[in-house]
Amino acid sequence: MTTHLKPADAAQALEAVRWAISEEAPLELVGHGTKRALGRPFQATHTLDVSDLSGLKFYEPAELVLSAQAATPMAELEALLAENRQQFAFEPPDFGPLLGGEAGKQTIGGVVSCNLAGPRRVKAGAARDHFLGCKAVSGRGEAFKAGGRVVKNVTGYDLPKLLAGSYGTLALLTEVTLKVLPAPENTRTVLIRGLDDATAIRVMALALQSPYEVAAAAHVPAALADGVGVEELGSGTAATAIRLEGFGPSIEYRAGKFRDLFRGFGSVEFLEREPSLAFWTAVRDVKPFVSSPEKLVWRLSVPPADGARVAADIASRLPAEAYFDWGGGLIWLAVDPTVERAGQEVIREAVGLGGGHATLIRAPDTVRASADVFHPQAATLAALSARVKESQDPKRIFNPGRMYAGV
Amino acid sequence: MKMPTPDASVLARRVEIANALRAIVPGEGVIVEQDEMRVYETDALTAYRQLPMIVVLPKTTEQVSQVLKYCNEIGIKVVPRGAGTSLSGGALPLADGIILGLGKFNKILDIDYGNRTVTVQPGVTNLGITNAVAHEGFYYAPDPSSQIACTIGGNIAENSGGVHCLKYGLTTNNVLGIEMVLMNGDIVRLGGKHLDSDGYDLLGIMTGSEGLLGVVTEVTVRILKKPETLRAVLIGFPSSETGGDCVAAIIAAGIIPGGMEMMDKPAIHAAEEFVHAGYPLDVEAILIVELDGPEAEVNHLIGEVEAIARKCGAVSIRVSSSEDERMVFWAGRKAAFPAVGRISPDYLCMDGTIPRKELPLVLNRMAEMSERHGLRVANVFHAGDGNLHPLILYDANKPGELQAAEDFGADILKLCVEVGGVLTGEHGVGVEKRDLMIYQFTETDMNQQQRVKCAFDPDGLLNPGKVFPQLHRCAELGRMHIHRGQLPFPDLPRF
Repeated sequence: MTTHLKPADAAQALEAVRWAISEEAPLELVGHGTKRALGRPFQATHTLDVSDLSGLKFYEPAELVLSAQAATPMAELEALLAENRQQFAFEPPDFGPLLGGEAGKQTIGGVVSCNLAGPRRVKAGAARDHFLGCKAVSGRGEAFKAGGRVVKNVTGYDLPKLLAGSYGTLALLTEVTLKVLPAPENTRTVLIRGLDDATAIRVMALALQSPYEVAAAAHVPAALADGVGVEELGSGTAATAIRLEGFGPSIEYRAGKFRDLFRGFGSVEFLEREPSLAFWTAVRDVKPFVSSPEKLVWRLSVPPADGARVAADIASRLPAEAYFDWGGGLIWLAVDPTVERAGQEVIREAVGLGGGHATLIRAPDTVRASADVFHPQAATLAALSARVKESQDPKRIFNPGRMYAGV
Repeated sequence: MKMPTPDASVLARRVEIANALRAIVPGEGVIVEQDEMRVYETDALTAYRQLPMIVVLPKTTEQVSQVLKYCNEIGIKVVPRGAGTSLSGGALPLADGIILGLGKFNKILDIDYGNRTVTVQPGVTNLGITNAVAHEGFYYAPDPSSQIACTIGGNIAENSGGVHCLKYGLTTNNVLGIEMVLMNGDIVRLGGKHLDSDGYDLLGIMTGSEGLLGVVTEVTVRILKKPETLRAVLIGFPSSETGGDCVAAIIAAGIIPGGMEMMDKPAIHAAEEFVHAGYPLDVEAILIVELDGPEAEVNHLIGEVEAIARKCGAVSIRVSSSEDERMVFWAGRKAAFPAVGRISPDYLCMDGTIPRKELPLVLNRMAEMSERHGLRVANVFHAGDGNLHPLILYDANKPGELQAAEDFGADILKLCVEVGGVLTGEHGVGVEKRDLMIYQFTETDMNQQQRVKCAFDPDGLLNPGKVFPQLHRCAELGRMHIHRGQLPFPDLPRF
């Protein structure tokens, strides 16, 4: 029988984990459950619902640091930061709607556990780059802390890095501490329309190679442009977008520089603050694929210069559509649901040529059970990953099999 | 500092081991002569010295793999070494261990402007990467002060920082991929030219692991375009408190400078006497704020910073009007350590990090400690990120002074932890701060870290005696104490 455990605080969570260890009963760790459809389907005897581990521990704007219980809703924290003109610079996406749920529900612990990052990844890094420290419960039923609350810290192993992106398979996070940064005073997007994918990647590379501090670079081909849902983008033409952020005079100056730099690629337009914010939120949250829930969605991380080649290679062999973020380094790919095993062989072969990995983000349970959700690893790396799991969670209590079978 | 007891049975087999290593690394790659090994007996923490049993200098990943596999099989300890610039004794040899020097891994393998990456062998210096791409206007951001000598492999081991961390991150935020060899000889590749590596973030745990988990044999880093403009403001304050307030006010205004460095009065005077940077001598603290980026932005922000400094009660403000002047502002700060070396026969450089707001408290307590230990202290401070470098002045020739300086240093680091900070911000734990780990971490915290080591190096042969105060066998760490029975929390809601 599946039991739903709902500890009221970290002490009860610790007790619950100890009990599960003694029963050798695997737990599914759940906050608000917005990411339950991420990863491989796995068998857990019990659900450990930590949604009550919620609330701010401290927020010190002048110190650029915030600490909260793991299941504190992101929306709450982001609103608090906005009041102080600060932000999580890694711009975590909200996959709620993409995965068939609501927007605005995800928790800070979930964001960290999946190491999410939005378009600003090219400049500011991912959740792991802002995750300073935590309190957690180990797979041995012990409460421990790791990291700290300061940015400069090389004391002992950087366990927070290991926990970020481990999808709850190594420990139960109860409290997390993150670096925060000032929010930009303003933002504007430089736009060129009508480029093919390969040219767009070159344009984005030019921007990212410039000294003009690009805060995001994305390309949405014509077929998906409407799906972004930003009126100012126009209809039926590809959009290549370079985001500028910062102080007014700086944005003005850099916009001028890009106008000159991109002359020769087409007419250069600008999206001002509001449409710019809407555009990047749509790119971040994979909005072009939200309205076609039947399609299987892949997330490909590749060397940016390879983006167009990888997408073209896949599209020549499968019914698939793609758009690009991170200057081409992130490909969001939607595949027709009739494609066998979600097209993983074709997709991974295309990625494999230049290095990188592909993760199946949205697919029915049956598909995620038969395909490899996470990129298969080389034998030595897979063995090492399995030993890491063994070292942190020897009884395989935490989300066993969510990333790899047996891990 | 107590190191693991040398194993007499290993020492007895020295000749046999050297011959086996020569079969793997032919030619001059295996060193056994004491005189030749002398250069490896210490790193930049020169208070500790130890000749290794044998030095091996492989040239290929395959050789590294075979050396480690061999050592693993017969139980020989291995200390990896880059340029030997560790300030915490990370590369200190063991009497019954081999030094695995990566100095021959000195090639730049690939420069890829399209992906903004450089791939190098681990023995390439930090500055060597920047030099390889400077003609195209690119650079590698982390810039530890030893960058002319320290290697990128060592930077990964130590997660090295520099003065630009607040804006550009540490090593861990700038490395995209590595190839490494585990103690069992397995060759593992993590990441690549893409932005995030797949699966567990083993690249993240490797970075800053002080050579205890694996030996890095190839590195891919991201490079950035050099900022269009760099300008600096030199600000003098009547007290460290007002300086600290100014730092907070700059950040509160949404400004993240490329660099923000503070020096206290003793450090200012020592530096000024040494390099004549034109620092004001009638102030208690100076702050160097460097702004970098597009020209229009830097010019705008210079004005903002000046206004903030004035509001904070600065008594002197100078804005660099030329590249030469900016370099002069930095000259004093960059020469702070040798400058202190001129006014004292010896000094210890500490490396704690504190929450910035605690600076006045920490400086006051440090002044009390200075009195109590009877030793002077000068402070340089990465003000943006709270990383303190107190320099404790002492004379090793005076009986008891080294001990007093070490005690003073330990007191400072304990204080850093007490106010919410950490023992080391960028120099590493090594042997130097190993026995202080208990002030920051409980045994449970440390065991959780050491279990990671069991996944990489279950016999504990890679760089033992560093970082952790106690060596545990993995079998012991793996043991579990399980209490069977009822769900011990009767009130826990279940449904």
